[in-house]
Formats: sequence, C-alpha cells, structure tokens
Amino acid sequence: MAEIATKPKKEKIPRQAMPEQDPGDRVKNFDEVPCGYPPETAILEAKRCIQCKKPGCVEGCPVDVRIPEFILQIAAGNFLGAARTLKETNCLPAVCGRVCPQEDQCEKTCILGKKGEPVAIGRLERFAADYERDRGAVTIPAVAAPNGKKVAVIGAGPSGLTIAGDLVKLGYDVTVFEALHKAGGVLIYGIPEFRLPKAIVEAEVDYLKQLGVKVVTNAVVGRLKTIDDLFAEGFDAVYVAVGAGAPVFMDIPGENMSGIYSANEYLTRSNLMKAYRFPEYDTPIVRGKNVAVIGGGNVAMDSVRTALRLGAENAYIIYRRSEVEMPARKEEVHHAKEEGVQFLLLTNPVEYLGDKDGWVTGVKCIRMELGEPDASGRRSPVPVPGSEFVIDVDTVVVAVGTMANPIVPSTTPGLETNRKGYIITKGESGETSRRGVYAGGDIVTGSATVILAMGAGRKAAQAIHQALSGVTTE
Amino acid sequence: MSSIVSKENLSESVVRMDILAPEIARKRKAGQFVILKVNEQGERIPLTIVESDGEQGTITIIFQIVGKTTALMAALNAGDDIQDVQGPLGNPTEIENFGHVVCIGGGVGVGVIYPITKALKEAGNRVTSIIGARTKSLIILEEEMSAASNELIVATDDGSYGVHGFVSNVLQKLIDGGEKIDHVYAIGPVPMMKAIANLTRPYGIKTIVSLNAIMVDATGMCGACRVSVAGKTEFTCVDGPEFDGHQVDFDLLANRLRMYCEQEGQSYERHRCGSQGN
Repeated sequence: MAEIATKPKKEKIPRQAMPEQDPGDRVKNFDEVPCGYPPETAILEAKRCIQCKKPGCVEGCPVDVRIPEFILQIAAGNFLGAARTLKETNCLPAVCGRVCPQEDQCEKTCILGKKGEPVAIGRLERFAADYERDRGAVTIPAVAAPNGKKVAVIGAGPSGLTIAGDLVKLGYDVTVFEALHKAGGVLIYGIPEFRLPKAIVEAEVDYLKQLGVKVVTNAVVGRLKTIDDLFAEGFDAVYVAVGAGAPVFMDIPGENMSGIYSANEYLTRSNLMKAYRFPEYDTPIVRGKNVAVIGGGNVAMDSVRTALRLGAENAYIIYRRSEVEMPARKEEVHHAKEEGVQFLLLTNPVEYLGDKDGWVTGVKCIRMELGEPDASGRRSPVPVPGSEFVIDVDTVVVAVGTMANPIVPSTTPGLETNRKGYIITKGESGETSRRGVYAGGDIVTGSATVILAMGAGRKAAQAIHQALSGVTTE
Repeated sequence: MSSIVSKENLSESVVRMDILAPEIARKRKAGQFVILKVNEQGERIPLTIVESDGEQGTITIIFQIVGKTTALMAALNAGDDIQDVQGPLGNPTEIENFGHVVCIGGGVGVGVIYPITKALKEAGNRVTSIIGARTKSLIILEEEMSAASNELIVATDDGSYGVHGFVSNVLQKLIDGGEKIDHVYAIGPVPMMKAIANLTRPYGIKTIVSLNAIMVDATGMCGACRVSVAGKTEFTCVDGPEFDGHQVDFDLLANRLRMYCEQEGQSYERHRCGSQGN
C-alpha cells in the first residue's frame, strides 16, 4: 500500500484474515465456510494484543472471558492453556468463537479498534477451542464434591447448557430436560452446519455430560411433567431456558400454501433432521429452484444460504427496510452476497399466489420507502401505493422473528409473564414470581443472541448457588 | 431408547405395537399422541396413543404401512428398540357427558377414535360407533370398539362386511331415522372427515375431528402442521389435534399433506429396493 512513512516505526501486524472456502465451491456443500487460523497465524494475531491493564474487551463480554490472558497464552504458543482459560468462564468457546457478534461486544471495545482494526478475539477463541478438541486434549476439570442439592434445567440450548456447566462444577446434581431428541437447542436445530458444525455442539454437550450433567431428551416439560412435578420429584430449583421458539407469520393471504415454511421449520428440517442429506436421512425438504426468504436477520441469512446449498437457482432476501437497518451481522450479509443471494430491499410481501394444488407460485410484493424513526430507532418502512409486483417463486421461508412458546408458562401456575408471553424476572438473577423458579435467555428477553442467553445462565447460576447454598460467587 | 414389548399385525398393512414408555403411559390422556423417531436417520412422525398400561409402563400405537418409516417400523419385533419416543403431546380430548355421541373411525383412524370412544363411554355417554374401511380385511379393533360402545355399526366400501357403503352413509341413516345426536367425533382420512363435517353442519351437530397434519417438532416450534380453522391459522400439534370439524379448511389440509408426495415415494422405493436387493 502506498502509505507515506514520515518516520521509521515498528512495523504493525495487520489483523489476520481467516481462510475460507471459495464462494463458488461452498454453495455446493454444507461444510463450514471459514476454515480457522493455522497456529502461526493465530500467534501472529495474538501478538497484536497490547495487554491493556484495564481491558475493554472483557467489559464487552457477557460472560467475562479473561480475554487478554488467553490471548497471551496463544501468543506464547500455549494453545491448550488458552483453551483452559477460556473454559473457566465459557463452557462453549468453540461455539462462541463462531457465532458471537464480536463486532458488537469484545471487539467493539478493543482499544486497537479506535485507530485501526480490533484484535480478532472471536477467531482466536475459536482457534484455541478447536485446537484442544481436534487433538483430543480436552480435560475434565475437577468439580466440587456433591452438595446434595438438585437443580432442573428446562431446555438444552446455550442458556441451559451454561447454567448446567456452572452448577455441576459447584457440586450440584443437575438434570437438563430437552424437548427434542437432541441437546443443543438453536445450536443444533437453528444454526446451519456451514456456520456451526454439529460435531462441535455434540462435543460441547459431551463435555458437560463428562462433568456430570444429566441430559434427558424427548422430555417436554409442560406435557410429560410440569414444574410442580419437578419440585415434587425433589428438585430444589428449576431454571427455565426454553427459548423463544414459536414462529411468527405475517398473516397475509396465501401464507399457508404448500412450499411456504417458517424459518424454524426449514432450518430444523435441514439442520436437526439433516434433510439436506435426504434420502440418506428420511426427513424431506423442498429443494426449491426460486426461493424467497422474508426477513433481514441472521436467521434469514441462514435460511437463504441453506436454500442455495439445496440447489436454488435464484435465492432472494426480501426485506422491508434498507441494508443499513438489517439486523443480520455484516459478515453474514457479506457471505450471502458472495454466494449469489439477490437482495430485494425496501420490499415487503403482501400476498402469496398459488396453483390449483395450493402450491406457492409467486409472491406479490410492494415497494417501501423509509419514513420517520420508529420505537426501535430505525426508520420505519412505509408502502409506496401502487408499486406492487410479483416475483416467481416455488418456495418461501418466512424469517420475520419468533415469539414465546407458551407450553411451560401456561402449565406453571403463578409464573408471571408479560403481554408477549415472556417470563418476567427480577433483575439479572433470573428469579421469577415463583419461588425456586428462575428463567433466562430468549424466554425472558425475546429472541437475542447465543452469548446473551449464556450470560443469563451464568448469572442465574450465581443466584441459585446463593439461594441454595448461601454462597456468593464472583 | 424405548423397547417394543409386543407387536401384532391387525391387517395386511396395519400394525399394533406396545412400547415401553412408563412416564408417558402414566401421564397420557385420550386424544394425545407421541412423536416417534426410529433411528439416527429417521424422521419424526406423530402417532396417536391408542391405549396405555400404567402398571406395565407401556403405550400402544397402531399404524398403517404407508411409506419408508412405517415399513421400517413394521419390520421391527418385540425386543427391538425405537430410538426416540416423545410425548404425550397435543391437547387431550375434552371428555364430558354430552348425552348421545357418535364416534366414527375410518381405516387406521379407528385406532385414534378408540381411546376417545372408551373415555366418552366411561364418562356416561350413550355411544354409537361407526367404523369403516375399504374392505373387510382392513377393519381393525372391531371387538375393542364394540366393548367401548353401546352400539357398533361396521361398514365397508365394497360391502364385503357389515353395511355396504361409507361411514357417512351410516351416519346419514341414523340422522334420518330420527336419532338425537349431541356430539359427533370423526377421525379418518381427510375426505371422510370432510364428508362427515359437511353432513352434520346443516343439523348443527357439534362435530370434532382429529387432524393428521405433517409435523416435525410437535411442540409448537415449526408450524409445519398449521391448519386453517374458522379462518385462523392454528398449529395442530399444540392447538389441536382436535378441532371443530365445521370450521376446518380440509382442502388446505389435503394439499399440505401432499407436500412431500414425491420424496416420500422416492424414499419408500429406495427402502424397498434396498431391503429386497439381497
């Protein structure tokens, strides 16, 4: 680069890029897109960290990972040490290194970001966790002696797994009840293989099992047993982390036609049920040629990139605002564009058209323009009268958000929820209106991120520990 | 893992199985169902719990061999395992003493109507049951239905057994004969349920149907099973499976049930070739 050096100074190491699969190749497979740092690149990147005395990165992390410490270990080539440092505060580092929005958290508050590019903390986290797992070097830390207290966790997603790990280490007898046949929650059913390989999630769950966490699958709390049943069985506390699993539809004409999916269904078929490997796996999925995904969040990006990998010739994102307002991570939008996704922005579906068998053939859209900022601070989209047009599609995925699933709240007398059905908690402890019942993650906040759900699990673990053992941890 | 305790062929294509699932057996109520996943590669399919035995810890399911998964299950025997059994799911049937109820089951739907029939009779209703199938060999649970009803009428499409005709013809005759009917429960193929609902609508007889929509998670997460009832979208898994038959959009249901016809055929074909190949 033609930078004019006024005086000689120490050569700066640039932020290290992570190698990734070529877009042309990767749309034909479900393998992970980024390939991870090789050790020498990780060391180089780690050396960029200036080891701040008051590290901003740690303040930006919802689970307080000791970031400078693990980075220093990587810089010194002590990769396994780095992994262990990570795991002291984060039981899912291989997951977080991949799916955390670091640009809004640790990397946002990295001092290097003020003048240049922040340290690639997420990539380093991923590197250390992968290094340990790939070498079979995962060790099981000593846990406290059993304290005779039992805690039930409902939901084996990021929040439930985090609290389970924290409490089992403190000596609790922890049982996680999962409704589906596999643990992991959104990490298993929602996030695609090309962004988070399922073998990694399975390894993280196995790690927790080795720590002593019991995982009971196929257990729909609210149907098989209620929270009151759990107390009757001898549990001393219950943590509700059932997520915001119910899909939102737009309630426009034709939305129930064949070929129209919720993102939850589309992704669950592909990820949890491995429909992308049909007929080797038995669950089918429609391999549409012209696929429209409605929405502009990460789930929409996951859906549209899945559609491409399932063979779509045209894969559209239809989003009612402009790219600036898109809630998806920039990296996801970038990857989607590289892969050939067509973005129809300032566009909103108003109706679906279908054939005589009730299969969707088109989506009628209307152009939008941005008006005044709304409650979210984003400029609200307003339809442009008379601007309707039709896009030919054979498959649609509706990815406009999720809402609370009522199964647990509706079967737990005295558990207070808000107008939208989310559980009301007292501050960060996760305490609910029911004594001994705690809640956290998306069922409290509405759909958010993996790491925020984990942070809620961490804080509830501390609150439960204090309530049951009278001990404050920090 | 849940092991199969016993298995019996009810007809050439209908199988009955008792599966060990003690917690579900204790908890389940009439009208509820389970999701089964046979093995690692398997799909998740909903099946009604026909009966349960709290002491033995077993639940009974009845299914018809219609595709790969059911064929795979039919090949299993007592002592074999089913990888995943999740339940009980769905809302239980609202059981009350309505007076005179008519319970109608078509084909393998008889397995679904049976627990409801039994519960309604136990609640003090006078129960008239009508069960039907294409032909005599496909009639299932005749004895059980007879024991659970005050009166049982059997019909076959081809006249090989019982009344010659459809179950809807039998119901029409009951109505024409001046029978006072307070409630109708109709469970079977979509065209049958639609015909029954159309028949009872002008008489204002409350008609409950149990829908067999395609499901994945069956806990309200995916919306695969959405149906339109009174113009409103409902999820069969958590809002149903029973709905007011007069309000259900049966054509939409029938369309959505055909969504994977091609893949289901492909999967079944591949399975049959594979199992016959050596």
